[in-house]
Amino acid sequence: MQRISVFLKKYNQVLLGILLAVLSSESFAEKINIAAAADLKFAMDEIVTQFKKANPADDVEVIYGSSGKIFTQIQNQAPYDLYFSADISYPEKLEAAGLTAGPTKPYAFGRIVLWSPKTQLDATQLRLEDLTRAEIKRIAIANPKHAPYGKRAEEALRSKKLWDSVEPKLVYGENIAQTAQFVHTGNAQVGIIALSLALSDALSKQGNYWLIPDTLHSPLKQGFVITKRAEANQAAKKFSNYMASTEARKIMVRYGFTLPDEAGQ
Amino acid sequence: MRLSPSDIQAILLTLKLAGVVTLILLVLATPLAWWLARTSSKIKGVISAVVALPLVLPPSVLGFYFLLAMGPNGPIGGLMHQLGWQALPFTFGGLVVASIIYSLPFMVQPLQNAFEAVDKNLLDAAASLGASVQHRFFSIAVPLSRAGFLTAIILTFVHTIGEFGVVLMIGGNIPGVTRVASVQIYDHVEALEYMQAHALSAVMLAFSFVVLLFIYTLRPAHKRSH
Repeated sequence: MQRISVFLKKYNQVLLGILLAVLSSESFAEKINIAAAADLKFAMDEIVTQFKKANPADDVEVIYGSSGKIFTQIQNQAPYDLYFSADISYPEKLEAAGLTAGPTKPYAFGRIVLWSPKTQLDATQLRLEDLTRAEIKRIAIANPKHAPYGKRAEEALRSKKLWDSVEPKLVYGENIAQTAQFVHTGNAQVGIIALSLALSDALSKQGNYWLIPDTLHSPLKQGFVITKRAEANQAAKKFSNYMASTEARKIMVRYGFTLPDEAGQ
Repeated sequence: MRLSPSDIQAILLTLKLAGVVTLILLVLATPLAWWLARTSSKIKGVISAVVALPLVLPPSVLGFYFLLAMGPNGPIGGLMHQLGWQALPFTFGGLVVASIIYSLPFMVQPLQNAFEAVDKNLLDAAASLGASVQHRFFSIAVPLSRAGFLTAIILTFVHTIGEFGVVLMIGGNIPGVTRVASVQIYDHVEALEYMQAHALSAVMLAFSFVVLLFIYTLRPAHKRSH
C-alpha cells in the first residue's frame, strides 16, 4: 500500500496528465450513430462526407430506415445519437416522453413526385389523373399506414378524388426507398416517391419526374432530435449545429428539400 | 386484444399461401426426394446442394433475385410478358412461386430421409413378384414413410407461414393478395399499434408452438411402433 501511495504522489502530475489526455481526446473524437429516414439516403450521405472533412476526428455512422421503425427502436433504447425523421411528429413524441436531449428541430420540408423510368413513361408529361389510364397497371407508393411520404401520396390522390380508382393498382413499399426501388426495377410503372430520391444520381439518370403540387397534401415537415443517450456527446451537438451550416443547407436544397426558414411557415 | 378484420384477412391469406405451397411442393418434391434417396448419379451432390440453398441463403438474396428475374426485364418476367401473362411480383402467384423455392428443402429433406430408410429388400421382393414401380412406391414406400410425410408437410406449412423477408421484398403489401400475417405484424409495429401487433403475434406464437409440440410428441411414438 505504502509503495503505491508513494508512487501515486511521485507521479501524480503525470497520471493526471494522462487522464486528462484520455478524457479530452474522448471529447474531441467521438462516435455518433445517426438514424435517418430513407428519403435522406443521398442527401445525408453527402452531408456526412462534408462533416467528416471538417471534423476528421469524429466518427459518423448512418443507418437508414422508416421513421416509424426508428421511433420504435429509440423507444427501446436503440444506440442512436441523432434521429432524423421524415415526419416531425415522431421526434416530438420522443421529446414529450423525455427521451431526447433538447428540443425537436425542424430541418426541411419534403416534396412528393410522380416518377417513372424513361423506358416506361415520360413522367414529366404525367399528371395524377393519368394514373387511371388502363396501360398503367402498377403504381408504387410508400405504405400510407406508417410512412410519411405514403400518407402524403394518399392525401394527394384523395384531394384529386382519384384514390378509389387508383387503389386497386397500388403496391406498397415498406419505406420510400423501397417504393423507389419497385419502380426503378420496372416492377411498377410509376411511383409516388420523394423528390430527394428522384434527384439522386441513380434515379435521375434513369427516369423523369413531375412535381406534385404541395397544395394537394399537408406539408411533409421533417424534424430531428438529439437523443437522451447523446446528451453529453459533443460530436452529436456539432453535427446538429452543422445542419444549419451553409454547406449542409446547400446539399439539402440540391436534393429538393425546402428549408424551414425559407418555407414561410 | 382483439383481431381486426384486416388481421383476420392476413391470417386467412397466410394459411391459404401455406396450404397451396404445401400441396404443390408435395407433388413436386416427392419424386425429387425419391430420386435423391435412390440414385447413385454423379449430379446427386449438385442437386442436393441446390435444394438446400434456401436453408442458408438470406431471404434478401432470394427476394432480390426473384424481383430481378420476375420483373419485366428479367428472364422469367420477359417470358411471361411474351406469353401475355401477368407479371409475378406483387401477386399471390408470385408469392406461391417464391415460397415453393423458399420452402423446398423443408419438404424434400424429411421425405428423402424417410425414403432412404425404406428397406431395399422389400422393394426388390415386391419387384420380383411383379409389382410395378408405381405399385411398389404407393403400397410399400409411402406407408413406410408416413412419419416422413407428416414431418415434411408440417414443416413446409409452418415454414411458409414464417416467411417474411422474401414477401416483404416481392409482395408489395397488398391487402388480401400479398399482405400475410408476418408483414401485417411488421406494419402494426411501424404504425406504433403495439396492441394489435401483440394480438397477432400471440396467435402466431401459439399456433407455431402447438404445431411443433405435435411433431415432437408424435414422432418418437411412431418410431417405437416400428
